[in-house]
Formats: sequence, structure tokens, C-alpha cells
Amino acid sequence: MQKPNAIAADAITAGAQPPARSWLSKALEGRNTLGGLFMLPAAAVLLIFLTYPLALGVWLGFTDTTIGRPGQFIGLENYEALWDDTVFWLAVFNTLLYTSVASVFKFALGLWLALLLNERLPFKAFIRAIVLLPWVVPTVLSAIAFWWIYDAQFSIISWALIQIGLIDAPINFLGDATNARASVIAANVWRGIPFVAITLLAGLQTIPQSLYEAATLDGASSWQRFRYITLPMLTPIIAVVMTFSVLFTFTDFQLIYVLTRGGPVNATHLMATLSFQRAIPGGQLGEGAAIAVAMIPFLLSAILFSYFGLQRRRWQQGGRDA
Amino acid sequence: MASVDIRRVTKQFGSHPVIHGVDIAIADHEFVVLVGPSGCGKSTLLRMIAGLEQISGGEIVIGGRVVNDVQPKERDIAMVFQNYALYPHMTVHDNMAFSMKLRGAPQAEITERVNKAADILALTPLLQRYPRQLSGGQRQRVAMGRAIVRDPQVFLFDEPLSNLDAKLRVAMRTEIKALHQRLRTTSIYVTHDQVEAMSMADRIVLMRDGVVEQIGSPLELYDHPANVFAAGFIGSPAMNFLPGMLRRAGNELHVETARGIRLPLPSNAGGTDGQKVIYGVRPEHLSLGGEGIPATVAVVEPTGADTFVYSEVGGVPVCATFSERHAFEPGKQIVLKPQLETVHLFDEASGVAIRNA
Ligand SMILES: Nc1ncnc2c1ncn2[C@@H]1O[C@H](COP(=O)(O)OP(=O)(O)OP(=O)(O)O)[C@@H](O)[C@H]1O
Ligand SMILES: [Mg+2]
Repeated sequence: MQKPNAIAADAITAGAQPPARSWLSKALEGRNTLGGLFMLPAAAVLLIFLTYPLALGVWLGFTDTTIGRPGQFIGLENYEALWDDTVFWLAVFNTLLYTSVASVFKFALGLWLALLLNERLPFKAFIRAIVLLPWVVPTVLSAIAFWWIYDAQFSIISWALIQIGLIDAPINFLGDATNARASVIAANVWRGIPFVAITLLAGLQTIPQSLYEAATLDGASSWQRFRYITLPMLTPIIAVVMTFSVLFTFTDFQLIYVLTRGGPVNATHLMATLSFQRAIPGGQLGEGAAIAVAMIPFLLSAILFSYFGLQRRRWQQGGRDA
Repeated sequence: MASVDIRRVTKQFGSHPVIHGVDIAIADHEFVVLVGPSGCGKSTLLRMIAGLEQISGGEIVIGGRVVNDVQPKERDIAMVFQNYALYPHMTVHDNMAFSMKLRGAPQAEITERVNKAADILALTPLLQRYPRQLSGGQRQRVAMGRAIVRDPQVFLFDEPLSNLDAKLRVAMRTEIKALHQRLRTTSIYVTHDQVEAMSMADRIVLMRDGVVEQIGSPLELYDHPANVFAAGFIGSPAMNFLPGMLRRAGNELHVETARGIRLPLPSNAGGTDGQKVIYGVRPEHLSLGGEGIPATVAVVEPTGADTFVYSEVGGVPVCATFSERHAFEPGKQIVLKPQLETVHLFDEASGVAIRNA
């Protein structure tokens, strides 16, 4: 809709002889110039607070800096060392496993929860608040809780299973490589579900009820309504949520550090934890930075993937709102 | 195609009753318009027919089958929604093909039916577009196309034209009517616009507050409104109502308003002497005459074809329309002469029409 003001302004400009404009006023009216001008402060802040640490990290990766001793530029030596480092490759494998398995579970369970919460439920607001809890609790706190849950002797899970009679000795959750991996993934899933569920729920609620009614009359079963209405209309949001979820999971640090410190025998070391371990307790800042930098290609490809996945689909383009 | 019988149907949301026992019998091929003011329960009734709302009481019969407990998709009904409810992620073609695709119809049949419907509605050049890329009127036609492709027992329309501008609305009105004359599918059409109801309906069902006030052909409702509500709702500008007292002395018969103005009646008018009545006369049934009702002109609105004259009769506003041109001046006295045979009388207490003797 055109505002009356705009119409009036048009009329005035049309009526009066337009005065010759200075290049400045022209430049200011140009969308790009003015936009650029407004973005300048934000860009400066970003440059200082985001780019500087990033650049510093990348630079450190090319040096042999250790704690207490400024290093020298050594080219790709750190990376060459990592290439032959089996622990590094184990950490890469662990990170990919951790990210992919946890993301799949977070997506499946989060979507399921969102669909449940989108139904008519008693105490809806209350249940939604509860669902958000795992996300609101500080990670370290929930990690400590899981540490207790996974304790070799006092684990509540082991206790319950023994009471039921399914097992007769406590499970060694964090002491065994496979168990430890499954345990940290489970903890990460628990923590990550609320974000996925609540965001997808918000997406579900933007789908007009009348579409479902139309589909019902068109003869769609509830599975077909999900398959042909819900899922396609939710894809843009799924893409955003899962990109963020993958990024968070890939760079996860706190959970692992509290629960296993990368053990047993590096079985749960992620790139982030390994990087930290080498750099701070190990003192090898240069090598730690190189590991962190090695995460960038993975993260970048995840972002690129979502960038193309996120591009507005054709049906979202053009024209006014429906 | 099928008949639709609505029998003593009631609806309540929680403990809040919305529809209070509605009876409507709709014949096969009929085009019935449900009309009434906002909130009277038109949409609710329509959605109960479609199966989108539970029926609280009574029964709905489609083509001889009681459908109270029949799933919506088994009722074989197509509905055009007020907001069209087009699937935004599907092209026009896929929107129209969706129901057949779900049914597993062969591709050749889908193509044929979609193309035929697109042809009828002039949508062929738009088949590969998405709903967002269409104008309001085009979307409306796609919504209709989606219904036509189904070839259902009954079409339901819930205010399908209310999002269009006035001109397009008139054009689509004609188009829908032409479509019905061609397809002959039983149609139930909801609107709150009485002009739409009058111009499209075989029969009008006039509702108020969950109750049917009158059912009849458009002209029946116009000529013989059952009560004050029906009389005021149908017709534009609305009928004039003048409260007064019926005076019957031998053959002499008139209504006298509180300020003593005499309103003439036909000699066969019903009602008893002294009865409190409402005297109703439509604006188009008033003419300028030597004897009649004295009125004071307040506002004159020429519209081209007709001139609307708003005047006052003993403190009551009265509108009159004239197709011939007169010179009216605000403040001037005129005399309005009603066409006696078109005057309506209603009992003041009940609002029910008093039939002629
Ligand atoms: N889901 C619901 N829960 C409670 N009350 C409802 C619900 N749907 C409708 N109503 C009530 O039922 C009454 C009838 O609503 P309905 O939508 O049928 O009106 P309508 O005649 O279609 O009006 P309009 O012309 O404005 O569309 C209204 O008073 C409305 O508040
Ligand atoms: Mg309605």
C-alpha cells in the first residue's frame, strides 16, 4: 500500500521544477551508498572483534609459539606434523562421528517433539517451558549432571537397570571407548534437542491451518499431510536450524571436557578439545591453533551447504504475501 | 452430485452454543447461498458439512447418506476457502492435481482433467506458476480449479470473493454462476453480502445468531420478507422502517406514527386496530407524489443511474431512490408516495410480518 504521504510527496515533486541535485544528495539517495554508510559502524565492530582473533589464530598456526615464548614463522610445519599425527586423525574421525550421529538424532527427535507440541495439549505453555530446560541450563552444569549419571559406580541408569534385573554389574559408561562415544553423543543430543524442537515448532506454527484443512478435503491422510504440506513448507527452517545445530555440535567443547577430557585413550577427543589440550595444558599454542584452523574447511563447507540449501526456493519468491 | 439435508443440526464450542437447530433441505443441482451477518454461524455450518467441525446434534445427510461420522475425505466434497488455501510450494498445476495424485489416478487422466479445468477457468498460461506469482483474482480461480478437478458431489464456498476488489468481485460472481450453470454441481455458498446472495442464489438461506430466519428464492425474500430482520437485510439501500399504530376504521386504514403522521396502507392489509406495528417500505418503492408521507430532505446523493434522497419523516430517517431526475434541496419539504402494494407491515413486538388479508 502506498502511504498518503508518499503520494503527496510525489505530487509535489511532479509539480515543482526539480532543483539540480548535488552529487552528494544523489549519492545519499542511492540505496547502496546509504546502506553502506549505515553498515559502517557494524562492519567496524565485526572487523575488530571477529576478524582480529580469527586472524591471530590463523597466524599462530603458522608459528611455533609456545606459552611464554613468542614463536617464529615456520610455514606449514605444524600442518605437516598434524598430517602424520594419528591422534589428530582420530579426533577428526571422532568429530565427524559425533556431529553426524548427534545431528541426526537431534533432528529426528526434535522434529518429533515439535510435532507433538504443535498438537492440542493440556498445559501447553508449561510443557514447552520444560522442553526448553536442557538448553537453558548452563552446559557445564548439565555436563556435571551427566558425569554423575554416567558415574562408574553411582550411575542412576546402571542402578535402575540392575533393579529391573536387566544387568548385574554397573555399566562402564565413560571407561570404554564405544560406551564413552555413545554416552557423550547422548548427552549432546539431550542438550541440543530443545533448540531444534522449539525452532521447528515456531516454523510449524507459521503453516496456516487452512492448508491442512484443504489437504484433508483433498483426501490426504495424516502421513500425506505431513509428507506433502508440513515437510516441504518446513524445509527452509530445517535448513537453518540444522546448519546451526551442526556448527554447534562440530565445535562442541564443554560437554566433552567435563565428561571425558577426550578419554578413554582419545576415543572421545574432538578437534576442539584436542586443540585446547595441545595449546593450553600442553603449551603448544602454534600446534593447537593449527588444529583449530583445520576445523575451518569443515565449517565452511557446512555453511556453504546450507547457503545453497537456504536459497529462497522458487515458490517463496515473487509477489505479495499470500 | 447429490442433495444435502441438514436436519435439526446444532453446534456448540465447549458449552457455548453457536448453531441452534438448523433445518435446510438442498436439492440436487441447487445453488444455495447462506447469508447473514458476521458471526451468525455460516462458516461453522459449512465446515460441519465438510467434516472439518464435529456435529454436536442433529444430522447431515449427503446424497442419502448420514455423514455425521464419515471422514471428510470420504464425503467427496470440495471447498473453496476465503483465503484460498492454495499450497504455496506447489505450482498451479500441482495444486489442482493434488487430490487426484493422492488418489493415485493415472497420469494421463490427471493431465486431462487439470487441462480441462484450466481451460474452463482460463488458467492454462499460468499452470507452471506458483501461487505467490498470481494476482488475487487468479488465485481465486485456481482455488476454484482445484475444486472442479475433483468433480465432487458438492461444492462449498466460504466467502470466496471477499478478498477481491469490487469490480473483480462482480466479474467473478458472474463467472461462478456461469460455471454452476455448466457443471450443475450442488453448491453451497457462504457470504455476508446480500447483493452476492441475491444475484447468485437459486435459494437463499438467511441466518442470524445460529438460527435460520428465512429460506426462499431471492425474489421471495425481497417481496415477502418473513420478519423485520429479513426485510432489513435484503435490499440495498435497506428498507425504511417507521414504527406506529395501526388504525382501522371501516374501510379506512392507515398507520399513525408517534408524531401523528399518516402512513397509507393498501385496503387488504392485515392487522387489527390499535396494533403496534412497524411500517416498512423500500426506498425504490417511494415516488414523489401529491399525497403521501410528508418528509424533509436531509442529504441528496446522485449516483448516476439513481439518486438517493435521505430525508426525515417525523424524526425517523427515510431513504428514497429515484431513477428519474428531480431537483432536491436539503431542508425542503417533499411528499413521498409509497407504492401501496409493496408496503410491508410487521408486528412491533415480535417483528414477524403481518400478511395481507
Ligand atoms: N473454534 C471456535 N471456538 C469457539 N467459538 C467459535 C469457534 N469458531 C467459531 N466460533 C464462534 O461461532 C460463531 C459463528 O462463527 P462463524 O465463523 O460460523 O461465523 P460466520 O457466520 O462465518 O461469520 P463471518 O461472516 O464473520 O465469517 C461466532 O460467534 C464465533 O465466535
Ligand atoms: Mg465465516
